[in-house]
Amino acid sequence: MAEPMIRIQGLYKIFGAAGEAVLPMVRDGMGKQELLDTHGCVLGLRDINMSVPPRCIQVVMGLSGSGKSTLIRHINRLIAPTAGEIIVDGTDVAGMDGATLREFRRHRASMVFQRFALMPHRSVRDNVAYGLTVQGLQSADVEKRASRWIERVGLQDFADRYPGELSGGMQQRVGLGRALATDPDILLMDEAFSALDPLIRYDMQNMLLDLQTELKKTIVFITHDLDEALRIGDNVAILRDGGMVQQGKPQDIVLTPADDYVADFVKDVNRGKLVRVESIMKPGTTCASAPAIPIGTRLERAALALSEAAAKLGKVTDRDGTALGIVSQLDLLDAMVRRRRPSP
Amino acid sequence: MAKNAWWIEFPQMERETLVAIRKALDGAYRDFSRSYGDVIEAVFEPLLYFLVWFEKLLLNAPWWSVLLAVCALAYLTSRSWKIVAGAIVAFLFIGFFGMWEDTMSTMSMIAVSTLLAIALGVPVGILMARSNRTQAVVTPLLDVMQTMPAFVYLIPVVMLLGIGKVPGLLAVVIYAIPPVIRLTNLGIRLVDREVLEASDAFGASGWQRLVGVQIPLAFPTIMAGVNQTIMMALAMVVIASMIGVQGLGQPVLRSITNQYFTLGLLNGLAIVALAIIFDRVSQAYGKRLQLQYKQAHHG
Repeated sequence: MAEPMIRIQGLYKIFGAAGEAVLPMVRDGMGKQELLDTHGCVLGLRDINMSVPPRCIQVVMGLSGSGKSTLIRHINRLIAPTAGEIIVDGTDVAGMDGATLREFRRHRASMVFQRFALMPHRSVRDNVAYGLTVQGLQSADVEKRASRWIERVGLQDFADRYPGELSGGMQQRVGLGRALATDPDILLMDEAFSALDPLIRYDMQNMLLDLQTELKKTIVFITHDLDEALRIGDNVAILRDGGMVQQGKPQDIVLTPADDYVADFVKDVNRGKLVRVESIMKPGTTCASAPAIPIGTRLERAALALSEAAAKLGKVTDRDGTALGIVSQLDLLDAMVRRRRPSP
Repeated sequence: MAKNAWWIEFPQMERETLVAIRKALDGAYRDFSRSYGDVIEAVFEPLLYFLVWFEKLLLNAPWWSVLLAVCALAYLTSRSWKIVAGAIVAFLFIGFFGMWEDTMSTMSMIAVSTLLAIALGVPVGILMARSNRTQAVVTPLLDVMQTMPAFVYLIPVVMLLGIGKVPGLLAVVIYAIPPVIRLTNLGIRLVDREVLEASDAFGASGWQRLVGVQIPLAFPTIMAGVNQTIMMALAMVVIASMIGVQGLGQPVLRSITNQYFTLGLLNGLAIVALAIIFDRVSQAYGKRLQLQYKQAHHG
């Protein structure tokens, strides 16, 4: 794997005046509740280690209170860590001075917010241009770049409207346009689509995936919605009570949950639509007439192919048609329906 | 041994001590004003020039041009023809009843003291909004300024600067500045935290955040403060006339001492007319701004 774009190491965040003083106790394993009761401090994050490869969508998932919003705010230091390193492209964000940090926020990382956080007194155009204005660019240049992004998020007919006049979905397009207009390497999306209706959310996910195939940003995407996480994430990390529970590819998390918590989370996921056939294939060969299932096929499709061919076994092939292994109807069925227990 | 026991009569301090304290304080302040009065007057010199210049401008301009300027200003800020019509009627009434010149003096006084109150009050309000400690210090001061009878702080102002325009201006500003400070503070504190976080996330400096986000979003609230300040400045006009401020307050003061009821009433009505115009114009302006922002976060 390439050098990670963002590397988080040993990150702790304890809210409260005595944060640093109680850090050793937290390192020794003091729990969240005990910490609150005895020292009045709130444990935000505990020993987070995470690597985000460049040009990937890293989803961080967890329920409310799991620390996911706290985690994403460490990447652009809207929240300062109690201990640990957040290394972005070789530089520790935690150690930056004020001016360097501002430069970093202006050019390298921008953010999309759950409740949009648009400036109500600026038009759509001026909102999208906000980051560029803050950079101190000349107005002609700002105008040109802002217009391009307004068009890219499909708001060209609304450029002179104010955020208050737009629907939620449109407001978040403004938010996305504002974040992309500064052409950052890193896009931080804090529950960006959580406040939207399911249909609009689906549209926005598509729009993001579309943009991503073209722009190849490093995206950290926070969500509490497992379907969303599995749909858009190249990698998924699951947080619970401020600690990291599991990280991996979406299908690894679904097939081999790290503990009961994750297993519970993923129990209702439609694995047939998510898991790819190569992850359950077995070594072996079969007769030449067996239906060929190209690598990357989802389980549901593979099952359909087998049942249409009335075959018990299929051969998994790579792009050139070379057989890589076999997969049986039984394996497919099992992978799709059996409840997974965490691996011991 | 006192005449009465302490539980019957309040055990007050000796008369002589009280007199001594008063003398000492008065003496100290008099010495201060004697030695620094000139310096302080010199500091206010530019203000006096500006005030005189503005008053002359209003007085020397033909009446119809002043009326035209007032109407233009009223329309530009409020975008309401009703308010403009009201202003025309009010000014014609004022002129017809021979109060034009006093009204111009009063208007220049109000304009300059409001500008001064904004120039001093908005920065103080901003500082207050930035730190809870500053707020804790300034709030009781404002309370005192608003509740202390205006006559009481006329005394040190007159001792320091004598009577005339500048002490009058100062008294008006002291009386009228609290609302603009309070509402600037409030407006900035009420700015949405999420919007501020967004501006931080895009790397805005403290200044960019203040000028680009906090002040514009607090602006309707600040305007409400300015409106209150104008109203209070107008209310102070009569009191300020006691220390020699020209304008509509002077005839009112004369009416009190000579029992001229009609003269007092007419000038009083002129003050009311000015107050209504200023109030409607500044409120309509604030409302117009607010309308733009209002629907935010209700997508």
